[in-house]
Amino acid sequence: MIRFELPSLGADMDEGTLLEWHVKPGDAVKRGQVVALVDTSKAAVDVEIWHDGVVAELLVQPGEKVPVGTLLATLLAPGESPAAPTAKAAPMQVVAPPAPCEPRPAKEAPAALPPASRHAVSPAARRRADELGIDPDRLQGSGVHASVTLADVEAAAARVAPAVSATAPPESGAADRGVEMRKAIAAAMSRSKREIPHYYLSETIPMARALAWLQQRNQALPVTERLLPAVLMLKAVALALRRTPELNGFHREGRFQPAAAVHIGVAISLRNGGLVAPALHDVGDKTLAALMRDLADLVKRARAGSLRSSEMSDPTVTITNLGDQGVEAVFGVIYPPQVALVGFGRLAERPWVQDGAVQALPVVCATLAADHRASDGHRGALFLAELRELLQQPQGLDAPTPDAPAPQASTR
Amino acid sequence: MSEDRRALADAVMALLCSIAPEVEPGTIDPARPLRRQVDLDSMNWLDLIVGLKQRFGVEIPESEYARLVSLNDLLDELQARLQPR
Repeated sequence: MIRFELPSLGADMDEGTLLEWHVKPGDAVKRGQVVALVDTSKAAVDVEIWHDGVVAELLVQPGEKVPVGTLLATLLAPGESPAAPTAKAAPMQVVAPPAPCEPRPAKEAPAALPPASRHAVSPAARRRADELGIDPDRLQGSGVHASVTLADVEAAAARVAPAVSATAPPESGAADRGVEMRKAIAAAMSRSKREIPHYYLSETIPMARALAWLQQRNQALPVTERLLPAVLMLKAVALALRRTPELNGFHREGRFQPAAAVHIGVAISLRNGGLVAPALHDVGDKTLAALMRDLADLVKRARAGSLRSSEMSDPTVTITNLGDQGVEAVFGVIYPPQVALVGFGRLAERPWVQDGAVQALPVVCATLAADHRASDGHRGALFLAELRELLQQPQGLDAPTPDAPAPQASTR
Repeated sequence: MSEDRRALADAVMALLCSIAPEVEPGTIDPARPLRRQVDLDSMNWLDLIVGLKQRFGVEIPESEYARLVSLNDLLDELQARLQPR
């Protein structure tokens, strides 16, 4: 028997509303298949299953709001026959979505989870409570079935701390999504600013070569295949991160855990306010054309509110690009548990000294906000220098480059 | 405004509204910079160019983007490219 539980779709989520099942009992499902639509405070997310099997029973009905970790459905593993009464006592296999710190599972990788908490405490709330030294089992829960939520833990911490910030009122089911999203962003960003010792670096990068190359390439292509400069930046960031793995991964359980793959969270502003930062997977391994397709698709789906659970839960680093709005540089707030955020400002012509003369050349200001617990300014500077060099050789960005060094190789 | 031009303007506006649903067609001043009036990022702009290609079969080269500031500029460009030479 396989247990399908509500996954956490980001550090700021501790409950979700099941909107729709895409499967019914008796349906065969494949690993990676979207089986349900779940509403978080940020977006409706297509939730994937991480195991092949046959749906046995759906335990949560559309419209129900449940904490992360709630058993949503049970499935029969391939070859398993419907439970005979005696099999009931057999230990259940727990299937969790891949933990964000793991590489994308190459094959089925059911991680063992602790049994459902005795006292309804969402996993995000329990983790946060552990960090703050609060016993979550003693808190009054305001979530579904009086479960203790992240907001409850934060509120308890605020009561203890001398902070003057108002504690969040209990969530009302009818609350407007905009308000909910603002709260979710506030919770994640407050935690980031409170816990992460950020340092910030910036570097102005000449873009004449990259843009000339891009223009030439785009000229030969139909409009539907044209690349945006953002795609070059994404790929260059992914490749530069391979050389500075201290910036790619997660700070968890008191230490930095590097990630093997580079899944870049792309900050996408939503038209009615707020933002999401879903992941583009394995950016370093993709061609520019593939990245452009994936980026266009991701932006479209983010704005239409149809993201996948794997995209929400596993970015290893985030990029924010505010250049289109005309700012010169953006110094971001790291999205925990990630340890770095790369920002790009406006791509514009500026006076630039080249070969001893001042010329008008396109440049872009790239910034790095990074977690001092995982890296130092020196490594951050190497990253930006690498990024600058990569963008001077745009043709080199177009080849898939699977020869990534192991991230463990260069941890200090 | 000629009838052709008006039909073109309506089609472009419909496309723009599909990309930026918050736009109210009556509020756009065709002579002012479009991106001052509508929040369009580079991906939205590309969507618009791709939409024009699909709707009218017109390919606007990237090198022309910088000239296309207002809605009028865009309509001029489209009309010029749609006219048989």
